[in-house]
Amino acid sequence: MQSRRDNLAAALIILPSIILLGIFVYGFIAQTMRVSMTDWGQEAAMVLEPKVNYIGLANYSDLFTGFLNMRFRQDLTNMLFFTLLFVGLSLLAGLLLAVLIDQLAWGETFFRTVFLYPMSLSFVVTGTIWRWLLQPRGGLNVLPTLVGLPAGKFLWLTSRDQTLAFDWSHIFYYLCLGALILFSISACSHWVRGEAAGLRAKLVICAVLLGILASGVLTSIKLLPFPEQHGFNKALWGIVLAAVWQMSGYTMALYLAGLRTIPDELREAARVDGASKFQVYRYVDLPLLGPITVSAVVILGHIALKIFDLIFAMAGPDHYPTSVPAITMFLKTFRGNELAVGSAIGVILLILVSLLIIPYLITSFKAEEG
Amino acid sequence: MRTSRWLKLVGMCGALLLMFAAVTSAAVQGELEIFSWWAGDEGPALEALIALYEKTYPEVSVINATVTGGAGVHAKAVLKTRMLGGDPPDTFQVHAGQELIGTWVVANRMEDLTWLYEEEGWMEAFPADLLGLLSTEEGIWSVPVNIHRSNVLYYIPDNLAQWGVDVPKTWDEFFEIAPKLEAQGIIPLSVGENWTATHLWECVALSALGPEKYGQLWDGELSWRSPEVIAVWELFGRILEYTNPDAPSLSWQQATDMVVSGQAAFNIMGDWASGYMSTTLKLAPGTGYGWAAAPGTEGVFIMLSDSFGLPVGCRHRDNAIAWLRMLGSLEGQDTFNPLKGSISARIDSDLTKYDVYLQSAANDWRTNRIVGSLAHGVVANERFMNDFATVMDIFLASKNAEAASNAAEAVAIQSGIGR
Repeated sequence: MQSRRDNLAAALIILPSIILLGIFVYGFIAQTMRVSMTDWGQEAAMVLEPKVNYIGLANYSDLFTGFLNMRFRQDLTNMLFFTLLFVGLSLLAGLLLAVLIDQLAWGETFFRTVFLYPMSLSFVVTGTIWRWLLQPRGGLNVLPTLVGLPAGKFLWLTSRDQTLAFDWSHIFYYLCLGALILFSISACSHWVRGEAAGLRAKLVICAVLLGILASGVLTSIKLLPFPEQHGFNKALWGIVLAAVWQMSGYTMALYLAGLRTIPDELREAARVDGASKFQVYRYVDLPLLGPITVSAVVILGHIALKIFDLIFAMAGPDHYPTSVPAITMFLKTFRGNELAVGSAIGVILLILVSLLIIPYLITSFKAEEG
Repeated sequence: MRTSRWLKLVGMCGALLLMFAAVTSAAVQGELEIFSWWAGDEGPALEALIALYEKTYPEVSVINATVTGGAGVHAKAVLKTRMLGGDPPDTFQVHAGQELIGTWVVANRMEDLTWLYEEEGWMEAFPADLLGLLSTEEGIWSVPVNIHRSNVLYYIPDNLAQWGVDVPKTWDEFFEIAPKLEAQGIIPLSVGENWTATHLWECVALSALGPEKYGQLWDGELSWRSPEVIAVWELFGRILEYTNPDAPSLSWQQATDMVVSGQAAFNIMGDWASGYMSTTLKLAPGTGYGWAAAPGTEGVFIMLSDSFGLPVGCRHRDNAIAWLRMLGSLEGQDTFNPLKGSISARIDSDLTKYDVYLQSAANDWRTNRIVGSLAHGVVANERFMNDFATVMDIFLASKNAEAASNAAEAVAIQSGIGR
């Protein structure tokens, strides 16, 4: 009896938040998906009762292949490079800082606060400060003159140079190439750990992907009637710098907490076996920090995919070289009145973030149950 | 027992709230909500207008709903969600012309103000070219509170004398003097972020096409792929060769600063730059800084205007109409504009209240041919403007005139320009 009453009370207590989440999160996701399959945004988009027609996935196909949505495709490219650089560099900087602080004999609290402090700022504040620091004729570029060197010439946010350019028509080829790289890395890690079964499976996948790449099927697909170059814009370095500055303190805190949970006995055992300081980090600490790295990647990754305010504050809304889908979504929806297209971009962003988060949630649920 | 007492309390509170709501909605004429993005530098001008309104209608309390930042991009986003949600403000700031017509008038969200124009005699008080830009065949849709000019070339007279160059009257003259300036390490023309490039583009387009064909571009009579328009992009590309490489990171103020500090010779900007130099930088108009029509646009006035309209279904319609009446009046216009650094839309305003620059602009306003600005929402709807920013950035990156023309043509078709 008691447990049934408990269950009832628990259900009642949780009910309001389920209802609110149901309406304001999942309901609106469904609404956005519905809008994204309409043509809302034709001439009279702002009438009180908009007349919209169902057009299926036309908005999506137009985003990926339409002539005028070139900007969206560069946005996706920018977002990919930004995410890779931002997550990678934040992890690296965070780990370095954590190890350094871990080594400190004194002042640990002080430095921890100093490095964590940028995180307490909002991205808009960070963006405004770094916008000033990265002015081509001021800030960072002037620093070398303090020690008598010539001033820097790099156009941090405004460079229009592009490297690693690829043709969007062949996007499937590059996606396949990316998958091949990922699976080979995974195969390598299986090999290192000596898991024969996993290694075999991954090698088969790699061979298949290699075969597809070599066959030239993918390059024969012409997604666009014209070649369209996208690539890594050097102007992104400025954004990456500011974002890493802000978030590396946070990864440092995560890693520091992780280092503290590693029992000293393990390190001592390693030292007894004659491990050097470096070897202790490499073979004891780093492997045990694995779960921390996974959480950090998920947290930083979804920040990177949804980034909007930092770039809006640093480079403004109409700066093609540093634009990301979230900015184009805002502009299409609220400036261009193309509400359906904006919704479609929103749904694409949601899918990308879910690709990152759902595997993480599944593995952590499994870990809890097991 | 306890529960029932609680219920009673809740019931009483609810009844009180309902009574309160009834009282406030009964006193309808007590409020007027004005929605704008005027804060910061422009705040005092709006406050002066509100003070004038409250003096005339002391029984009305004005709610000044401002959403700041980003040249109105945030305010417009908030306005759109409010309007779609069926909660229009009593009146809102909007760039006169297609930015209003293409978004709100086609959606039947604005009331026709022709009767107000006739009642107040504004048909004669405002120039006919302006009325044309504010109206469609169905009516006149907003009351312009100010007029800005976009095609103005700024320079520092002393600097030009020192460098041995004259103010260019045409772009050909500009191309003659630009190498001379570059030889002395001076940037001939300073530009800022994306929209200032569009701003420059409209001045270049006007000079290359002339007012007739410039207007046809927006009626859909002149194709974006015509040789004339491709030539505009080519000319624009040649001009960009003489501009600063760090343009995208500069605000318009910083681009103006380059001229003031002697790093650049010229800058093309709207006449808010004049207000910036005279008020913020304390330069004397005429001697501290000089101005001329942008090269090749002498005798034509590219105008833009902030205006207020009357949304369908606003709560305090009578108060809003009183506000509009005041905006269009001589007193309202001459209260607001000297503070805002713009001129009155009326041709009978009292010029003694304005500074030297504004007097010269007002004289041009009364005599020049008037056309509308692209960068500031007069001639093209919001969808076109949004995508044109992308076209502009494609051109800035590629400098390919033909590709830009093709892209602009596609944007014009999709956004229904001239339909």
